[in-house]
Amino acid sequence: MPIVEYKNGMFSDIKPEEGLKKALSLSRGEVISIITDSGLKGRGGAGFPCGTKWNLAASASDEEKYIICNADEGEPGTFKDRVLLKEYPNLLFEGLTIGGYAIGAKKGILYLRGEYTYLLKGLLQVLEERRKNNLLGEKILGKDGFNFEIEIRMGSGAYICGEETALIESLEGQRGEPRNRPPFPVNTGFMGHPTSVNNCETLVLSARILAKGADYFKSFGTPKSTGTKLLSVSGDCKKPGVYELPFGVTIKELLKIVDGEDAKAVQIGGASGFCIPKKDFSRKIAYEDVSTGGSVIVFGEKRDMLDVAINFAEFFVEESCGQCTPCRFGTVEILKGLKNLKKGDLSLSMLKELLSLGKTMQLASKCGLGQSAPNAFISIVENFPDEVLGREEV
Amino acid sequence: MTDKKHIEYPDKSRTPLSQQPQEIEKPKDEKEIGALIRVVIDGVEVKVKMGTTILEAARKANIKIPTLCYHEDLCIAGLCRICVVEVEGMRTLQASCSFPITQPITIKTYTPNVRQARRHILDLLLTNHYGECYTCKRNGNCELQSLADEYGVDFFRFGKMERPRYEVDSSSYAIVRDMNKCILCRRCVRTCIDLQEVGVLEAINKGSKTEIATFFDKPLLDVVCINCGQCINRCPTAALTAQDPSDIIWEAINDPKKHVVMQTAPAPRAAICECFNMPPGTPLTFQLNTAIKMIGFDKVFDTNFTADLTIIEEGSELLSRLKKALVDKEPTALPQFTSCSPGWVKFLEHFYPEMIPNLSSAKSPQQMFGALIKTYYAEKAGIDPADIVTVALMPCTAKKFECNRPEMCDSGYKDVDYGLTTREMASMIQEAGIDLPNLPKTDFDNPFGTATGSGVIFGATGGVMESALRTVIELVTGEKVEKFYDHANITPVRGFEGIRVAEIKIPKVAEVPLILKHLFSDFKWLEGATLKVAVAHGTANARKILEDIKKGGIFSTMHFIEFMACPGGCLGGGGMPIPTNIEIREARARAIYQEDESYSVRKSYENPIITQVYSEFLKDGPLGHKSHKLLHTHYTKRGKFIF
Repeated sequence: MPIVEYKNGMFSDIKPEEGLKKALSLSRGEVISIITDSGLKGRGGAGFPCGTKWNLAASASDEEKYIICNADEGEPGTFKDRVLLKEYPNLLFEGLTIGGYAIGAKKGILYLRGEYTYLLKGLLQVLEERRKNNLLGEKILGKDGFNFEIEIRMGSGAYICGEETALIESLEGQRGEPRNRPPFPVNTGFMGHPTSVNNCETLVLSARILAKGADYFKSFGTPKSTGTKLLSVSGDCKKPGVYELPFGVTIKELLKIVDGEDAKAVQIGGASGFCIPKKDFSRKIAYEDVSTGGSVIVFGEKRDMLDVAINFAEFFVEESCGQCTPCRFGTVEILKGLKNLKKGDLSLSMLKELLSLGKTMQLASKCGLGQSAPNAFISIVENFPDEVLGREEV
Repeated sequence: MTDKKHIEYPDKSRTPLSQQPQEIEKPKDEKEIGALIRVVIDGVEVKVKMGTTILEAARKANIKIPTLCYHEDLCIAGLCRICVVEVEGMRTLQASCSFPITQPITIKTYTPNVRQARRHILDLLLTNHYGECYTCKRNGNCELQSLADEYGVDFFRFGKMERPRYEVDSSSYAIVRDMNKCILCRRCVRTCIDLQEVGVLEAINKGSKTEIATFFDKPLLDVVCINCGQCINRCPTAALTAQDPSDIIWEAINDPKKHVVMQTAPAPRAAICECFNMPPGTPLTFQLNTAIKMIGFDKVFDTNFTADLTIIEEGSELLSRLKKALVDKEPTALPQFTSCSPGWVKFLEHFYPEMIPNLSSAKSPQQMFGALIKTYYAEKAGIDPADIVTVALMPCTAKKFECNRPEMCDSGYKDVDYGLTTREMASMIQEAGIDLPNLPKTDFDNPFGTATGSGVIFGATGGVMESALRTVIELVTGEKVEKFYDHANITPVRGFEGIRVAEIKIPKVAEVPLILKHLFSDFKWLEGATLKVAVAHGTANARKILEDIKKGGIFSTMHFIEFMACPGGCLGGGGMPIPTNIEIREARARAIYQEDESYSVRKSYENPIITQVYSEFLKDGPLGHKSHKLLHTHYTKRGKFIF
């Protein structure tokens, strides 16, 4: 399996603006078919094919379209977008510009996480430079008819605003709450216009695909999960940090790289992801196996998995937007149950009821937040029954 | 003679996009390929138009899907999730109210997953609902209660709320807000923001701390609430209810010293049947009179009498304004706005205070009657007005606020003591054990007697305008309205379209009738003129007109505009029986127009008692000194921000 190797650091395999120049030498349709051919899927976690999304937005009948870079990186344990925003802002804006060209948008919006306000000044400077270098504005790089501007808008700290429709609501000045889908943003998005919302990493990768070709991209990863993935590794390991690894890497291999081999469990996909116990460490990080938006949290032998579950449950009680019933109140019941479990005060039948409530939340919640809120709870109870059950009454 | 026009407004309302109806583009021609889509629901095949929601399709197939946040009058929210169903091929359950059908699909509405999910959602709502059913105003008419019954809820799976979490806000004269009973369906939010464009209620906080709040969580009295009560009509539980004065009214009835007088408005009479399990649109006007007397009210009067009086006063005011503008060429506030709807009046005071001069100074029929009862009637009947208690049966919650306005004491006493809603009247009747539908009929009491058909139609949107036109046309032209409109039914101003406009040409004028002689020497200046009028119901539509006037659009060239705060006019009022939807409101409207047709006198100025009151009591005629004191009022600039 080829591993991405860099002589001069991450993304040194591509030259600045190589992808954008290539894109502008092609028609919009050609750009989209290259992206489609590469198999690039959304890196935020949901894994929707980027080519399909751009194609839908491109073919929607509206003069006014938008492309939004989702930099509301809020999933606990993920910090890879921060690295992109800080170290590779040009590459990110290049990807956003390529996306804008592909779908026919005149405007791109970077929705920056509230906690990343300290990056704003630097990013604005980069945008100013890009304007000076004709990488933004009118007739970009001499391309007739391609005018594109990028605006940065700040989030205010709500986790839910990472959900694309809630993000759009927030951009419109409303409460950050998910909309009904369908209609999807590619049809009815920002201010009612077709909008493509893409993760930072997806956009950066689109620049690489344009620069190096779809085949180069496909040479990494698995057939269903092409390319590489940025993983933010944290927790009980000696070498935490951001790693770029090809899809298909097993958890075991990953733990070896980050020097955390004595872990008893790994939380893949942050609070909304799943907890993988040691016996399943041969599973692969890929859309078809264990999917992640980038967060990998390593739990060593000494961690109390019930505390871990309580921690995640508290997170969702805090971050549920409160719009739909299953998520608004279900998260509270799960946290209540876990706390009772810790006190040795939860009957098995109630635990069963809560697991079934978790299933209802997965099936009936309005958006991805509610649908994934019980994941950690369910996987910890299922995988660590001996550890979480039978606590002494305090 | 008239010309009915529809006006389309391209400008968007300030409703958040997410709360606006989101419709899929539908082919216009139903025969077009793909225009009709085949869906299978629980094995039943139905063909529906593209963009139909699963819920609508299921109703077509006679399959019941429970709903809570869904309401026919409001845009889609899709947030309670009680209506989830399984759509073949989809990973998660879909909310049937918000899922538009765009391709052939197979739907199952009662799989184990669906049942489990619905039960869990109900359990979660019940756990967070302060369910004191016995003492609840919506006991027996609560959507949450009936769902719990339907789904066989027999215990609180996730515990129950032992004591209330929130203080009940009963600061408002009209509306009581009890957040302990709120299930966060946000129908009130959508009613207030989207349907009425007032925007008093909105969700605040997030997660389980979410609640519906006013601006800075202030008491309802201190925000821009117009008291229309539309939120009450659409609340599935008793989180929103009306201020109920019935206990104090019982006390007054039981007090032998008090002379308790009731006036009944036309809309409640057309709708109270719904509280007695009768189909909407069964008028019980005269049975109601019997019931009111049985309960112990001393007199029952017909608010239509003062509706007729309103027409005379407001019509004279309109003619005076027109003369001032056309003949005297003086700056005059035109178009003149009607002032019968207290919700609308407060809306204008808050949001468009600069247009208060356009508002007719005539009081609403309720307040005119109050003032007359404690003066004219008290004198005639020889009763000390201090001992008279006036109660007004109204379809309206804003009337409760209106009778408490400080300026409404022109008789020297509080003109109207209590506003009673249709719902409260029904429960008083039920409490007295009276079988309303099977009662004999009783006439209204003298000296005001039975009024005209013009007064009756005040209950429907367009009614005030129609009544005014009937009288103004006849007074000005000297011809019968029937000459211009069959049966005097001025249909261009009727209907449920949000805004309706009509133009009336005055081909010739007649001598000024006696009743107006003190105001005009002749009507020559009106000959050949075209009277331009408009009708709007729902404050969202009112806002459109007012914005247009501000921009100097076509409505600024009009002469007279009728506004009603509630959708459908009074018959859709905030005090009317729950539930409400367009079919129910249409049935009430039919009842009202039928009642109008049954009257022999259908024009306000022909009401003999009106003539009598002007000759005996309001001797200096319409707009005269006495009528000015008793029948007219002034308004308050309130503004949008209250500190």
